[in-house]
Amino acid sequence: MPLIDHILGDFFWRALIGGLGVALVAGPLGCLVVWRRMAYFGDTLAHSALLGVALGFLLQLPMNLTIAMTCVGLAVALVFLARSRSLATDTLLGILAHSSLAVGLVALSFMPEVRVDLNAYLFGDLLAMRRDDLGWIYGGAAVVLALLYWLWRGLLMSTVHEELAKVEGIPVERLRLILMLMFSLVIAVAMKIVGVLLITALLIIPAATARRMARSPEQMVWLAMAIGMIAVSAGLSASWHLNSPAGPSVVVSAFIMFALTYTLLRKQRG
Amino acid sequence: MSEALVELTGATIEFDGVPVVKGIDLVVNPGDILTIIGPNGAGKTTLIKAVIGVQALTHGSIRRQKGLTIGYVPQSLHLQPTLPMTVGRFMAMTGEPRSVCQQALTDTGIGHLADASVHRLSGGEMQRLLIARALARKPNLLVLDEPAQGVDINGQAALYDLIRSLRDRLNCGIIMISHDLHLVMAATDRVICLNQHVCCSGYPAEISSDPGFVEVFGRSVADSLAVYHHQHNHRHDLHGEVISPTAETQPHKDCSHATH
Repeated sequence: MPLIDHILGDFFWRALIGGLGVALVAGPLGCLVVWRRMAYFGDTLAHSALLGVALGFLLQLPMNLTIAMTCVGLAVALVFLARSRSLATDTLLGILAHSSLAVGLVALSFMPEVRVDLNAYLFGDLLAMRRDDLGWIYGGAAVVLALLYWLWRGLLMSTVHEELAKVEGIPVERLRLILMLMFSLVIAVAMKIVGVLLITALLIIPAATARRMARSPEQMVWLAMAIGMIAVSAGLSASWHLNSPAGPSVVVSAFIMFALTYTLLRKQRG
Repeated sequence: MSEALVELTGATIEFDGVPVVKGIDLVVNPGDILTIIGPNGAGKTTLIKAVIGVQALTHGSIRRQKGLTIGYVPQSLHLQPTLPMTVGRFMAMTGEPRSVCQQALTDTGIGHLADASVHRLSGGEMQRLLIARALARKPNLLVLDEPAQGVDINGQAALYDLIRSLRDRLNCGIIMISHDLHLVMAATDRVICLNQHVCCSGYPAEISSDPGFVEVFGRSVADSLAVYHHQHNHRHDLHGEVISPTAETQPHKDCSHATH
């Protein structure tokens, strides 16, 4: 299949195809983040991804694996620490987010034989997308989307009211854990495109943009997917033509759409 | 095997070693309306959370009837403004078929609102929606935490009427928490006055004269409530005195105010 080979041989197309895959899962997951007010939580997990990068170098393991595992470890730690309630959740998140980022940076600096382009990890890199990354992205996206489809009613119900969901037999705690695992997976695969510091933006800006146009949760999900895909396409094109960093360009595109719909829909109403 | 829907025996719930409710015995049978009243911090909500199974007991036991379906109406449900939701979609989350959901909305008097946004409902409509949601699941036991909170006085009376009519139609048991003493006294079968422990329980007519009740709510409340019971089983003499007090106006034998 020479055409596919030709397309996948081009780094821009690889980045675009990968980015679209990320936007596909970021839509529904981003909606859940917005509804459950987990933006700061997502940000904390994303920050810890850099620690995962350092671990990957240290243990000579695939980067996607160590990133996902670090995120999972942090998510589990957060659940247990939050239970003790001696610290407010946002304080706890702030401590863990920045500590794990700092530990990651320090650990990387101790590995002089490893040449790391920090910018690429923090803000994403068009050139970094390899063929096997596409496999990770679409494999991960397929797993996450299948899980979301299967668990959607329970996830939605426990978002609306946890106790009501429990009374109706929905395994609220287990769903929360699964949601965290899905997050970790998405962060691990999305990092190459938008970078550690901007993953949360890719999750919440399309969802927030979709909110004003949606009448039902599912509409909001579809719209968030579409908006995310437009943002990725526009952002990567800008990055290609203007030589701007990939992640920030995607986020700026998403933000422009948010600002436009915000002002336009507002005028309509007023 | 008893027929009780739910039975609590010696139920105690402690948070960090401090008891919130202590030694509660409680039985609800099909068709019962049991109202829990009591001051703030009395442990009312904690107690019904144990009944619906989201709060574990520290001591004591709870027995629910096999196959019991509980319809729960939480104190309030504040939907995140970021979550778009119509009334119909909200009902569909029960997993029940559309016709059942629509019927439940009609039964609670908000059938015309199926396409409305949940965010634009009034306080009374929201409470009716929550009741409709519980109803769609065909509960044997309906548990309501202050169902009339934030509803104006006319709406409150209508809500309690609705709850009573549901009991009559479904023959389900009902447990509710309420602060609306006047309305509760008129609408309920049995009242438990909770202040960490059960300080008195019984039928509305007798409870307001119970020393335990008077201690918790004060004499003026107790006296004002007396007006709301219409006993038709006794007569007055020419001076207005009751001629034949019935057994029901005697203090209830279950009352335990020895600890006061």
